[in-house]
Amino acid sequence: MATAPERLPYYQIREDLFRPLSRVSLRYMLATSIAFIVGAAGLVAWSVQLRRGMGVTGLHRPVFWGFYIVDFVFWIGISHAGTLISAILRLTDAAWRKPVTRAAEAITVFALMIGGMFPIIHLGRAWRFYWLLPYPNSRLIWPNFRSPLLWDLTAIATYVTGSVIYLYLPLIPDMAQLAQHNTPWRRRLYRALSLGWTGSDREWHALERAMKLMACIILAVAVSVHTVVAWDFAMSIAPMWHSTIFGPYFVTGAIFSGIAALVLALAIIRKVLHLEVYLTKHHFNRLAKLLLLMSLLWCYFTLAENLTVWYGNEPKEMAVFGARTRAHYAPYFWTMMFLNFVVPFVLLGIRRLRTVAGATVASVSVLIGMWLERFVIVVPTLTNPRLPSASSFYTPTWIEVAITAATFAAMAMLYMIFVKLFPIVAVWEFKPHPQEDD
Amino acid sequence: MEHRWGMAIDLDRCTGCEACVVACHAENNLPVSTPELAAQGRTTHWIRIDRYYEGEFPDLKVKYMPVLCQHCDDAPCEPVCPVYATYHNPEGLNVQVYNRCVGTFYCANNCPYTVRYFNWFAPEWPEPLPLQHNPDVSVRPAGVMEKCTFCIQRIKRTKESAAQEGRPLADGEVQPACVQSCPAEAMVFGDLNDPESKVSRLAQNGRATRLLEELGTKPKVFYLQKAK
Repeated sequence: MATAPERLPYYQIREDLFRPLSRVSLRYMLATSIAFIVGAAGLVAWSVQLRRGMGVTGLHRPVFWGFYIVDFVFWIGISHAGTLISAILRLTDAAWRKPVTRAAEAITVFALMIGGMFPIIHLGRAWRFYWLLPYPNSRLIWPNFRSPLLWDLTAIATYVTGSVIYLYLPLIPDMAQLAQHNTPWRRRLYRALSLGWTGSDREWHALERAMKLMACIILAVAVSVHTVVAWDFAMSIAPMWHSTIFGPYFVTGAIFSGIAALVLALAIIRKVLHLEVYLTKHHFNRLAKLLLLMSLLWCYFTLAENLTVWYGNEPKEMAVFGARTRAHYAPYFWTMMFLNFVVPFVLLGIRRLRTVAGATVASVSVLIGMWLERFVIVVPTLTNPRLPSASSFYTPTWIEVAITAATFAAMAMLYMIFVKLFPIVAVWEFKPHPQEDD
Repeated sequence: MEHRWGMAIDLDRCTGCEACVVACHAENNLPVSTPELAAQGRTTHWIRIDRYYEGEFPDLKVKYMPVLCQHCDDAPCEPVCPVYATYHNPEGLNVQVYNRCVGTFYCANNCPYTVRYFNWFAPEWPEPLPLQHNPDVSVRPAGVMEKCTFCIQRIKRTKESAAQEGRPLADGEVQPACVQSCPAEAMVFGDLNDPESKVSRLAQNGRATRLLEELGTKPKVFYLQKAK
C-alpha cells in the first residue's frame, strides 16, 4: 500500500527530513537541559551509593533485588521495539514500515545502553564489575558460565553489538548524502561514518544483503536476550519465579512494552518535528493494532501464570500469590491489570478511539503498566521467602527513585541528541530508485 | 574426601537462649547491629533463632529453631554465582570467598533458608569491641555477601594440631563457636563420613529431619524433634 509520503517529490522529502538537523530551538535547549539536570541528579545519587554502600537503598534481607532489577528488565524490554517492528517488518517487506524503522532501531540501542547499566549499578562492588568478563586474570579463574548472570552478560553484549550494527547499516546512505552539503565538522563526521559510500550498484546490493542478514540474526538474538533475562528468575527455586513459561512470557511483555515505547516516541517526534505527513494516522493505526494484539497475548500469559498457581494451591506459591493479588502488593497488581489490559483494550479495540491520541494514551498506560508488571514479579516473591520468619516489605529510598528517574531522562537526552545528528526517518528509503544518482 | 562436616540440632533441647548467636558474633567478627539497622532488616547473624508460635494467648507455645547455613550438598546458591565467590570445598562445606564476591545478590535470592547476609555498609563496632576481633577471621568490607562457615578456622586449626601430633582427629574435637557455647548441649558437630561419630548417629535417629528437605538441596544440618 502506498503511504502518503511516497507521493511527494523526493527532493522535498529530503528537505523535510534533513531540516530538523540544522535547527536548534529554545524549547529543544530547555528540554535537553532538564534531561541533563535529572540525569546528573541520578549520577549524584549513584556516587552516594558507591561511597556509602548498598545500604542507602531500600534493599535488605530478604529483598535483595528491587528497583534496579525492575528497571533493568523494563529497559531491556523497551529495547525490543526496534527488533520487532524493524526486523519483522523488514523481513516481510511491509511497505508502511519505512518511516518508523529508524526511530525503533534507535530506541533499541539507547534502551540497551541504559538497561545494561543496571546490573552494574546494582552490584555491591560495582567497581569490580569486570570480574564477570572472561579474560585472563591474576585471580586465575574464569567466570562461572553455569550462572544465568553470565548468560545474561553474553546475551546482552551480543544484542548491543548486533543492534548497533543494525542501526548503523541503514544510516550509511543517509550519512553519505549528509556529507555532501553541510557545515565543515558535520561533513567530516558524516564522511568518516559513511565509510566512503558512493552509491554504486554493488554497494546497494551489499547493503541490502547485510540488512536482511542482520534482521534475521537480530530477531533470534532479541528473543534469546529476554528469555535469558527471564531465566535469571526462572532458574532460581524461589516461589513464583521458578516457572517454565517465564521465557516466552517475558519476551511477550518485552515486545508489548517495546511497541508502546515506539508509539510514544513516534507521537512526540511527529508533533515536535512536524512530520505529520510522514508519520500518518495509518502508521499509528497499524502499530495500535499490533499493541492490542500484544496486550491480549500478555493478558493470556498473565492468566496462565496466575491461574495455575492459584488452582495448584501450593502454600509457598500461594503466599506470593496472596501478596500480589490480595495483600500488600495488590494495588500494584490490579493497577497493572487495568493499565495493561483494560485501557489498551478499550482505546485500541474500539475503532473510533483508535486515533493517534488514543494510541499515545494507551502506550503511556502500557509503559507504566509494564514497569509495574516487573515490580509485581520481582518484589512479592522476595518479601515472602520459604521460611516465613524472614518475611518483609520493600520500600525504595530516594537514591533508587533518583537513579530510576535519571534513566528516563538519559533516554530522552540520548534520543534528542540523536534526532539532531541523524534524520529520524530514513530518507533514502523513499527514493523511488535508490540506485540512481540524486 | 576425608571429612564431611555436618551438624545436628536437638530442637527438644533448645531453649532459645541465643548464646550461640552471641558466640558466633564474637568468633566470626560479625558487626553489632543498632536498633535502626534491625528495623531495616539489616542485622547480620550467621546463626539466628527463628520463633514459631503454636496456639493462642494465654495457651501459647513457642518453638525455637536455630537457623544457620545448612551447607547443602546440592546448594542452590553455588551455581548462580557468576564469579565463583561461593563454591563447594572438598570437605563438603559451602564456602564464601569474600575477595571474589562482587555482590550480585543472586546467591541470597536463591537460598531457600535466607541465611545469607550482606554488608550493606562498612562494618562498625562500638569501642572496645574492635579489640576483641578474632585474628583468624577476616573482617568483610562493604558490598560482599557472607554467611556461616561452620567455623572453618576452627576446623583448620584443629586439623593442623592433630597433624602435628601425628594422630587422627577425635570425634567432637572440632567445635564451632555455637556448638561450644550451647548450655543445653542441643548442638552436635562432627564428621558425617565417620559412621561412628555422634553426629552421624544422631542423623540416623528417628527424630532427625532436615529443613526444606523436599527441595532436594541435601542439607547437612539435622534437626531433631519429637514427631507429632
